[in-house]
Amino acid sequence: MNVSLSRREFAKGFGGIVLAFTLDSASAQQPARLPGSLNNNRTLDAWIRINADGTATVFTGKVELGQGILTALAQIAAEELDLPLTRVTMISGDTGRTPNEGMTAGSQSIENSGTALRLAAAEVRAILIEQASARLGMSADSLSVADGVISAANGKAIGYGELAASIDLKREATGTVRPKPAGMHRIVGQSIARFDIPGKVTGKATYVQDLRLPGMVHGRVVRPPNYGATLVSVDDGKAKAIKGVIAVVRDGSFLGVVAEREEQAVKARAVLAEAAQWKAGPDLPDPARLFEHLKALPTKVATISDKQAPLPASTKVLEAAYTKPYMAHASIGPSAAVAEFKDDKYTVWTHSQGVFPLRAELVKALKVPPAAIRCIHTEGSGCYGHNGADDVALDAALLARAVPGKPVRLQWMRDDEFAWEPFGPAMAMQARAALDAEGRIVDWTYEVWSNSHSTRPQSTTGANVLAAWYLAEPQKMGPPTSPPQPAGGGDRNAIPLYEFPNQKVVHHFVQDMPIRVSALRTLGAYANVFALESFMDELAAAAGADPVAFRLAHLKDPRAKAVIEKVAALADWKAGEAGTLARGRGIGFSKYKNLACYCAVIADVEVDPAAGHVRVTHAW
Amino acid sequence: MAVSLTVNGATRSVPAEPDTPLLYVLRNDFELNAAKFGCGLSQCGACTVLVNGQAVRSCVTPIDALAGAQITTLEGLGTVEKPHALQRAFIAEQAAQCGYCINGMIMSAKALLDRNPKPSETEVREALATNLCRCGTHNRIVRAILRAADEMGRT
Repeated sequence: MNVSLSRREFAKGFGGIVLAFTLDSASAQQPARLPGSLNNNRTLDAWIRINADGTATVFTGKVELGQGILTALAQIAAEELDLPLTRVTMISGDTGRTPNEGMTAGSQSIENSGTALRLAAAEVRAILIEQASARLGMSADSLSVADGVISAANGKAIGYGELAASIDLKREATGTVRPKPAGMHRIVGQSIARFDIPGKVTGKATYVQDLRLPGMVHGRVVRPPNYGATLVSVDDGKAKAIKGVIAVVRDGSFLGVVAEREEQAVKARAVLAEAAQWKAGPDLPDPARLFEHLKALPTKVATISDKQAPLPASTKVLEAAYTKPYMAHASIGPSAAVAEFKDDKYTVWTHSQGVFPLRAELVKALKVPPAAIRCIHTEGSGCYGHNGADDVALDAALLARAVPGKPVRLQWMRDDEFAWEPFGPAMAMQARAALDAEGRIVDWTYEVWSNSHSTRPQSTTGANVLAAWYLAEPQKMGPPTSPPQPAGGGDRNAIPLYEFPNQKVVHHFVQDMPIRVSALRTLGAYANVFALESFMDELAAAAGADPVAFRLAHLKDPRAKAVIEKVAALADWKAGEAGTLARGRGIGFSKYKNLACYCAVIADVEVDPAAGHVRVTHAW
Repeated sequence: MAVSLTVNGATRSVPAEPDTPLLYVLRNDFELNAAKFGCGLSQCGACTVLVNGQAVRSCVTPIDALAGAQITTLEGLGTVEKPHALQRAFIAEQAAQCGYCINGMIMSAKALLDRNPKPSETEVREALATNLCRCGTHNRIVRAILRAADEMGRT
């Protein structure tokens, strides 16, 4: 009750409490939903701690992937705390220290972590003011805050550092202290230089590849010749004879080596690969007939949009098929991890997108309780989705288990990454539409065939980390999943924002995965938007219409229209302007996940038919 | 076996076999982070360093070829406190996403500006064509190099 009263006290100063609640028995049993990631991480000090030196330590479960998220989240926290950015330290993605915010994926870090930090910081600031009010003997609403110092009109002032010891942030966030209105923002909304760039351009230790721990040794793995192959035998004598080799590690069909020096591990890997005898796994589909093959596999079929209206008697029908090949994430640096096994506990430094989900899989593969594994995010090379980051973390842990007390640094070789990382799925799209006499689309049918776009860690059953499938006591790969509409997976952005009286959109969710696949930027949207927008151009041509005008004529959403009109104006789009075989311009439009940002792009493209070069000379 | 190497002006003997790629020695013996393993095949450029002023792929350069050579890494250009004009320009242009390729971008640019202090945009693009970036930072990288060239030309 005291807590509740004190909240009301500080609310006076801010006009801040937008709703008040009492801890009756019902709400105690079922806590109120809190915004963003506060809901699953409800204690204030899980997010923010105020230090005696007047700085703040800010915790987030989201991780830096080069998108600048730690700078952005620091801005949000500093803004609401009224602290300069230089006095905010970010701690991110550590199962031992930070909130569990699942994956850093789907462009949701500001939405979820930013919301949590914004509200938590506003509440911490209010608690600091409340405490200052008591210390200074002044009412909270007479106090002002600047740069971590709370001042009264009479000149009395007290810094956050002096208040740090007397505030208790081990309390549940209310989410009800109103953050600053946008008009008062001084740090948020500014284009702040990223914290991580100076170190990255001068060679400071930044990446997990750069970790250099005392006594650290180097690992490499020997992967099977293809998916599903089993290790029949391996004579490890030659590998063990290589200078510096400490251990050859075999667990079922998992094979690796640990050496004193990195180049020794690389050499031993090659020797072991020569010595290993494998029973090959099943053949892959014929690339020439890939899409036929995918379409013939078992599917779960869902009609995700169905609209019907009477059709005019006479229509012009167009059909088109589009495909997208498998795509690698192809980060410039292969995945890497450092793992240490000491006193029956694992510490794993990883560039995983989700340290808690990764830990859940390591628990299953290593058969230890969660408390025996700590995963700490450390940056890696570019991410773009589910690459080998989680897999190499398990590999490193398996090698570390064989050399207790010695941290093992493992970076995959280039071929490990290209052969074994999950690819963005190959997809097939089939479109059919009918135009009426006025050139309007009156009927639209669209079908998409795709594998899962998420086989990420923390599967409901099995374990989604590569080596787990090859151990002597293997785990199965988890079941393929597809996020539901409206965000969608393979069917992301399959439902057009254009409005047609008749429309049918079908998602064929292909269950078998001949090639390992998972999330790559925008999931199925990449292929669906390409198909939709290409088909709109074909239809516009068939209708004798300008591509911009044709799109606008089929849109009702005013924001969608505004974005297209704006880009057309920026690019000085001229209706009916003809391109040549060597030069042209085109427009593409979509809305992220069909529920977030609207985007339209016009590009000028040149083609050099002799050299086969395509060049985008301008984009608006 | 020990090989003597001179890196950023300091000479040290390293306990590595003569056929060891320079990259591993720079990273693990000299404890320099900038040069990165990307492909191990001289195809991506992330491991680029300067050997006697020439841009060299350290992942495929064995150390026994480098006796008496002057090896310069990104760390040898400047520091956070006292950055080289190229490093300052990359910060000013915020020319990095993940940043893993940036070592190679700056070292290739350094070799370019040393032989051609006022390159055109086309010349910058050509000089860096074999340095790969997967994040899509290319335009910022080109701007940063032109900015650095401009700044170096004015001083």
